[in-house]
Amino acid sequence: MSFDEIYNIALMQGFAGLSLFAVLLLMGLGLAIIFGQMGVINMAHGEFMTIGAYTIFLLSSLTESYAPGLIQAYFPFAIVCSFLVAFAFGWLTEWALIRHLYKRPLDTLLATWGLSLAMQQAFRSIIGPKEVSPILPDWLMGSWSPAEGLDIPINGMFVLGLTIVVTGGVLLALYKSRWGLRVRATVANRSMANAIGINTTRTDRVTFAIGCGLAGVAGAAFTTIGSTGPTSGSLYIVDAFLVVTFGGAASLWGTVVSAFGIAQMQSISEFFLSGSMAKVLTLLLIVTILMLRPQGLFASKVRR
Amino acid sequence: MLKVSNLVVNYGQSEALHGISFTAERNEAVAIMGRNGMGKTTLFKSLIGLLPLKSGSIEVDGQEVGKDESFRRVAKGIAYVPQGRMIFSTLTVEENILTGMENAKVKKVPDEIYALFPVLWDMRRRKGGNLSGGQQQQLAIARALVTDPKVLLLDEPTEGIQPSIIKDIAKALNEIRKIRKITIVVSEQVLSFAMDVADRLFVIEGGRLVYESARADTDEAHIKQFLSV
Repeated sequence: MSFDEIYNIALMQGFAGLSLFAVLLLMGLGLAIIFGQMGVINMAHGEFMTIGAYTIFLLSSLTESYAPGLIQAYFPFAIVCSFLVAFAFGWLTEWALIRHLYKRPLDTLLATWGLSLAMQQAFRSIIGPKEVSPILPDWLMGSWSPAEGLDIPINGMFVLGLTIVVTGGVLLALYKSRWGLRVRATVANRSMANAIGINTTRTDRVTFAIGCGLAGVAGAAFTTIGSTGPTSGSLYIVDAFLVVTFGGAASLWGTVVSAFGIAQMQSISEFFLSGSMAKVLTLLLIVTILMLRPQGLFASKVRR
Repeated sequence: MLKVSNLVVNYGQSEALHGISFTAERNEAVAIMGRNGMGKTTLFKSLIGLLPLKSGSIEVDGQEVGKDESFRRVAKGIAYVPQGRMIFSTLTVEENILTGMENAKVKKVPDEIYALFPVLWDMRRRKGGNLSGGQQQQLAIARALVTDPKVLLLDEPTEGIQPSIIKDIAKALNEIRKIRKITIVVSEQVLSFAMDVADRLFVIEGGRLVYESARADTDEAHIKQFLSV
């Protein structure tokens, strides 16, 4: 192998790691708000991703049958729709289920697990057990080759770009907006936040719904990489919890850093070892670090 | 300004407050004195809505608030400084103050607040949880003040705070009254602090108000009897 080839492989492998980072971060972001900030163990998070993915599929089918000329342009609009649809279902879930369980966080695990199973069966009955893929616009296909022998997939770059925009938006909203202030005050002390004038019931509902909406965006991004089935979301729920817990539950920066660390670790070791050995190595490292730092990588330093 | 009538509050089956009635006028400060376990905190929690009323009514500026959730009472003009401060320890000092500005048109901490509590300006980027007890108390008062209240409730503001800061807090409360002309209701065990800030004193014992006097005719020895264990 010439030096050029090795250099190109290193670049592509590095980018594969970045793509995995984007995927992990998108998955973890919604959960970082719902689990990290609100303390709700949302086992149905994966199903909200699936809802987002199905929304894209639905819109792509509709576009194909009624306005085939728009097939190049529907995708950005569909991503917004997948956020809104998942947001609406999240709103409903909070109202029907979660709001009764804030004082019993462990019970949210059981309740949302049941919800997750029910939603999977609903997908199976309503949409069908077969995996589906939306028709993607041409500009998402193929790869970008800046040099001979170097191919960077365009869908990977798109997901990475989307992740950066969404993460930036969430960080900005949480730390600079009035909504973010309400969320952080409510999370810190729900009854005191209420006694200082914050409508905590509405804050909780909007926050949970935004977390679910972010899961929907993650689902939308997945449709550019793989196909969607009723159980697609449940495959990612463990990874999502891993990212949030490893980063430190209350810290969004921690989520970003931990997604990056896990993804690069996985991608680099995959190059030298087999896929499952790489996974074993990554998990071993995470378990070891969590044993030494149970609060995760980033935890805010405050007297309690 | 604040009119409380026949307030009854239960913890489950047991009645904790047995019909409390009192009024506080605009620009008046009243103190509720009493030992631990006599119902001071229960009274304050029920006034702000953290505990539900069994019966009775609470009126602020003529508006009934007894059935409202806490955040609606805040909008109608009650502000609450809880026992033990309860500031948001993971938020910065500035953010802590901003949480109180839910109903304010301009979401910026007024200069007046920093003028009243200069230490909060120096500490504004620090996490609330890293402040000392006295600083946290000032922060809790600032956070309540920015809600622009008609009635300010303070539950044992001197608890666990060193004497020199207690004097500062008394000074700040008197200053606030001079500027804002609001009603202040404070619960206390420290008689000297109550005498510094309050125009009228009540004594609460076993969930009932058992004694009332204006500051001028207060028989300190008599009240001290109620406060001694």
